[in-house]
Amino acid sequence: MKRPLISVILGATLGLSVATAASAATLDDVKAKGFIQCGVNPSLPGFGFPDDKGNWSGLDVDFCRAVAAAVFGDPNKVKYSPLSAKERFTALQSGEIDLLARNSTWTMQRDTALGLSFVGVNYYDGQGFMVRKSLNVDSALKLNGASVCTQTGTTTELNLADYFRANNMTYQVVAFENNDEVNQAYDSGRCDVLTTDQSGLYSTRLKLANPDEHVVLPEIISKEPLGPVVRQNDPQWFNIVKWTLFAQINAEELGVNSQNVDEMKESTNPEIRRLLGLEGDFGTSIGLSNDWAYNIVKQVGNYGEVFDRNIGPDTPLKIARGLNALWNKGGIQFAPPIR
Amino acid sequence: MSAASERPGLRSGHFRLWHNPQVRGVLIQALLLAVVAWFAWEIIDNTITNLRQRHIASGYRFLDSTAGFGIIQTLIPYSEVSSYGRAFIVGLLNTILVAGLSIVLATVIGFIVGIMRLSSNWLIAKIGTAYVEIIRNIPLLLQLFVWYRAVLKAMPAPRQSIAIADAAFLNNRGLYVPYPIFGQGITWVMAAFAGGILLSVLYGTHARRVQERTGRMPPRLAASLGLILGLPLVAAFITGLGVSLDYPVLQGFNFVGGLNVIPEFTALFLGLSIYTAAFIAEIVRAGVQSVSKGQTEAAHALGLHESTTLRLIVLPQALRVIIPPLANQYLNLTKNSSLAVAIGYPDVVATGGTILNQTGQAVEVISLWMAVYLSLSLLTSGFMNWFNARMALKGAPSL
Repeated sequence: MKRPLISVILGATLGLSVATAASAATLDDVKAKGFIQCGVNPSLPGFGFPDDKGNWSGLDVDFCRAVAAAVFGDPNKVKYSPLSAKERFTALQSGEIDLLARNSTWTMQRDTALGLSFVGVNYYDGQGFMVRKSLNVDSALKLNGASVCTQTGTTTELNLADYFRANNMTYQVVAFENNDEVNQAYDSGRCDVLTTDQSGLYSTRLKLANPDEHVVLPEIISKEPLGPVVRQNDPQWFNIVKWTLFAQINAEELGVNSQNVDEMKESTNPEIRRLLGLEGDFGTSIGLSNDWAYNIVKQVGNYGEVFDRNIGPDTPLKIARGLNALWNKGGIQFAPPIR
Repeated sequence: MSAASERPGLRSGHFRLWHNPQVRGVLIQALLLAVVAWFAWEIIDNTITNLRQRHIASGYRFLDSTAGFGIIQTLIPYSEVSSYGRAFIVGLLNTILVAGLSIVLATVIGFIVGIMRLSSNWLIAKIGTAYVEIIRNIPLLLQLFVWYRAVLKAMPAPRQSIAIADAAFLNNRGLYVPYPIFGQGITWVMAAFAGGILLSVLYGTHARRVQERTGRMPPRLAASLGLILGLPLVAAFITGLGVSLDYPVLQGFNFVGGLNVIPEFTALFLGLSIYTAAFIAEIVRAGVQSVSKGQTEAAHALGLHESTTLRLIVLPQALRVIIPPLANQYLNLTKNSSLAVAIGYPDVVATGGTILNQTGQAVEVISLWMAVYLSLSLLTSGFMNWFNARMALKGAPSL
């Protein structure tokens, strides 16, 4: 009864949680308990994954740490809730977590009807397909009649149906609740195809028995802007989380990183001075101290550093920056300025 | 009751009222009811307030919108353009299918193993004991994983399928068998089948009367089989029932056509049946042991065979002890089928979960789940209670 029970409990908490407590400022709650409860993916190396000692790492995990650095000046004041795709939004709605950073696709329905708000995009992705090399398939358009393994409760599941329908192809979907179960089913030959966001395919391939026997097909069949999510009823918390992301992207653009951030305090560039809290009152305007962004960059790093550390070319995932390069370097990562 | 209420001595009416157990009982029950009602109202009110405050859409209107996701096993026509409501029904039918078939298999295995444990043959008894002790002490979820992996591991890829007479194929996508497509005559055949069942029931009653009156037993089994199987055959012959078979054919990646039994179903079916059978075996053992040995000895003294004794003397008495806990196991099995989600079988929890996630309607979907399992459980226990009442010892029939 593992999974269903969790959903039921979450549903019940949604009903039982006292109306006033949930609408109170998340920042006050977080400060009172001394840590941020962050919902993450437990089985996606590079994005969210605990090692054998229970240390979490990944792009999304580092985002949780960046918010903790902004709020507490200490990136370690985070507790992680491993969530399946199916559980994640209910966990946030019911107040079980303060922040969801779990490679979730920003869609209109999720942004409007669930009482949630996406703060931005920390990874631009698209859905792809992976097959065995031995099948000799070089295009997703040749997958007619294939059986496909995927994770249930995802946009992936819907895009898959749309794509096959649009191209007049039939398919059989085998949907599991957990990533690991999807991977094992694919690995044991239950499915011809594994589909998820392309970043996830690269991450998954590492976990298969023989990674070299599998190939990711060239087609990208959807837009998947992945980003952190908060509840809709707390504008202050929304601002803090949103500007944590923007501060990281702006820091990269300004050339401020965890190594040089102390020297950068001497900089005369007004944009850098505003980012680091030397000019203006930007930190206090969102309820934090003025060195909020300094703490983020110093303790966690700018967006590029976080990317390179977790999924970049020097990691096992070897993902190129691509769309996730800054706007002035051929990508579409673009943050509003701090001023 | 009356003794207490008639007790004299207390002067004040107020006190007398409080000391009246009947009044006190009603008062306490009313109070409890009020507390429960208040608690329920508080939860509902809180939920509604919370949902509104967080701008979460509510209501059941989403059931009419397009589902947009695929389901691997559907007993009724379903496609991605069907509604969420239909997807939910598809899941519900899948739950009923796997639970219903598992209940049958679990009962058969359970009775066999239960009787095995009572066998005088040392080896057979020990095998029965080992089965019960091993199976019931390992969590069902783990067993499901083992079954799923074992089922998949043993199977070849579609192109290396194990072919049975070039008509049925077994591979890691499941078992593919030819699917019969019936011609026009099928309605008559079905009608003859139903008629056959009805007639054999009537004949059974008649045969029992004859036996009670004369002591001779008319051949019931042969007559029933003749009616139930023979009548449809005659109907099929007259109407010239055209049966054609839809054969599975390897096309591209997978087999197309025929009837496909998916490995997810097989694993869940085996896992649930084998697990629950261990508990049923214990119930059967306890039931049989509850019948006093004198009954068996008396039956033997009358010259009844071992098997006839078990069938006519021991089991009917044991059933009175067996049926109530058996109903519990059926309920457990049905509820345990919700573990399907872990091995990718699209039951009502899996499809409902997908709907929950696509729409975000947690409260509504969970309420539907609760309604489904509550109804299934009440129906099962209702049926078992009826069966139990039928099996209960009644006064000896007047001869």
